[in-house]
Amino acid sequence: MLAFAWAEFFQQITSGLATGSIYASLALALVLIYRTTHVVNFAQGEMATFTTYIAWTLMNHGLTYWLAFVLTLLIAFAGGVGVERALIRPVEHRPEIVIVILTIGLLIVINGLTGWIWGADVKAVDSPFPNRSVDIAGVFISIQDIGTFCVCLVSVLVLWAFFRFTTLGLAMRSVAVNADASRLMGVRVGWMLALGWGLAAALGAIAGLMAAPTAFLDPNMMLVILVYAFAAAVLGGIDSPVGAIVGGLILGVAVNLLGRYVGGVGEELKLPTALAILLIVLLVRPAGLFGRVIVRRV
Amino acid sequence: MPLLELRDVQARYGQIRALHGVTLLVEEGEIVALLGANGAGKTTTLRAVSGMVRRSGEILFDGRPIGRRAPDAIVRHGIAHVPEGRGLFAELSVWENLRMGAYVRGERRTLSAEAPRIFSYFPWIERRRNQQAGTLSGGEQQMLALARALVGRPRLLMLDEPSLGLAPTVVRELFRIVSELNAKDGLTVLVVEQNASIALEAAMRAYVLEVGKVAISGESDELRRHEGVRKSYLGY
Repeated sequence: MLAFAWAEFFQQITSGLATGSIYASLALALVLIYRTTHVVNFAQGEMATFTTYIAWTLMNHGLTYWLAFVLTLLIAFAGGVGVERALIRPVEHRPEIVIVILTIGLLIVINGLTGWIWGADVKAVDSPFPNRSVDIAGVFISIQDIGTFCVCLVSVLVLWAFFRFTTLGLAMRSVAVNADASRLMGVRVGWMLALGWGLAAALGAIAGLMAAPTAFLDPNMMLVILVYAFAAAVLGGIDSPVGAIVGGLILGVAVNLLGRYVGGVGEELKLPTALAILLIVLLVRPAGLFGRVIVRRV
Repeated sequence: MPLLELRDVQARYGQIRALHGVTLLVEEGEIVALLGANGAGKTTTLRAVSGMVRRSGEILFDGRPIGRRAPDAIVRHGIAHVPEGRGLFAELSVWENLRMGAYVRGERRTLSAEAPRIFSYFPWIERRRNQQAGTLSGGEQQMLALARALVGRPRLLMLDEPSLGLAPTVVRELFRIVSELNAKDGLTVLVVEQNASIALEAAMRAYVLEVGKVAISGESDELRRHEGVRKSYLGY
C-alpha cells in the first residue's frame, strides 16, 4: 500500500483555491446584484465571457496584458452600468420573475452575440503569469495558481475597502439595506443600482480573464463556471458577500479533492457534485453558511 | 412667506386616492401637528412633500415649487423626513446611520461639524456608535432616526408617528428634544401623530385630516377645546 502523498494533497488544495477564487469572484458579482436588485443575474457569466473576448481582441491588437486588463475592466464596468440603465431599469418595479427572465434572455443574446462576433472556435488567451511552479517545502505550486488567487484576492479587498470606507460605498450598502430610507437621505437609488451592476460586471470580467488561460476562451467558457459560482453563492448565503467568497473557495477545494480522491467522481462528475452540494445546502440550510433567514410577515 | 405650503395636493397609490386636495401651510419656526384617524392621509401628506408618492397640486418650499421634484432633490432643499417605522438602516452601525444623514451635504465635512451638537442632545450615541442600529431598543432607534435627520441641518423636519410603540417617558423625552430644537435653533417641524394630546402640547398649530382632506385647523389651544377634536382624538 502506498503512503498517502501529502505533497499531492496540498497541491490539490492550492489549485482548488485558485479555481475557487474564480468561483468566488463570480459568486460575489452575483451577490452584489442580488443584494440591490434582488434577482440572480443569470447573464453574469456571459457578460464575463464577452468582456474576456474584448480583452483578447485588445491583446491581439498589440496591447500589453495589464493594459488590456485595466481597459477591459473599465469597459465591463461601463457595460454593466449600461445594461442596468437600458434593460433592467424599465422593469425595475415589475415582479422579480420578470427581471429573472430578462437576465436569462440576456444570457442567450450575449452568448449568441459573442459567437457571431468572434466565432465559435477556441481562442488561446495568454496568461500574465509564467508557466512554472515554485517548490514550497516539497509542494509544487504553479505560479499561475498563485497569480490567479492573488488577483482575485486584491480585487475583493479593493471592493471591500470601497464599501467600507467611501461615501459612495456606504450609500450603495444603504440602498441594499433599505432603499426607501436611502431615498429620504438624498441617495439617487437608481444610479446606485447601476453602479452595482457595473462593479459586478467588472468583477465578472476579472473572473473571466483569470479563467481564460486554463479554461480556454470559447463562447460557452463561463457557463459551467457560472453554475459553480451559483452553487458557491448559495453555499455561502446568496445575500452575503463574505459567504460568496468562502463558499467559492470551499467549493473550489472540495470539488478538486473529490475529483481526485473519491473514486467515481473524476473529471466528468465534478459539476454534478457541485450541484449535489447546492441541493444539500438548500435542503439543510436554505439561508447558506453566512446568510440570514428572512422572515416575511404576510 | 410660509416655509412650506400645500395647495390642493392630491395623491394616489395605484387606483386608490389617498389625498383629495390637502391645503395647509407651515410658517418658519413653527411646530405644526397633523392629526387624524388611521387612513386619513397623514402619512401620505408627508410622503407627498418628500416626493415618495405620486402627487399633483402645488407644493411650495420657501416659495419654490417642489411638487414635481424627486426625493433626492427635495432632501437637498433642506427637508428631512423621518418616516413611519423610522427608516433606519438596521444592518449598518449607529455611526454609519449618522453618516447617511450627512450624505446630502457632503458626508465627512458635515458629520465632523455636526457631531458635537448631536452628541449634546443624544450623549449615548457617542458611546455606542459601533453598535448595529437594528439591535437598539425602540426608543433608541427613534432617537437615532431623529439624530440622523438633524445631522443634515434641515430647515424643515417631518416626523411620522414618532410615538408609535414607545413608552410614555420616551415619548415625552422625544417631544422635549423636538421642542428644545425648535426653541433654540428655530427648527421648523411638521409632525404626524396618533397621540393627539402630546402632539397638541408641543405644537403651536394643528390640522386634522379626515378622508384625505383638512377637516379642522387652528391653534393648539383652540383645538383642545374643540368638541369634535376632543371626542374623536383626545378621548374625553
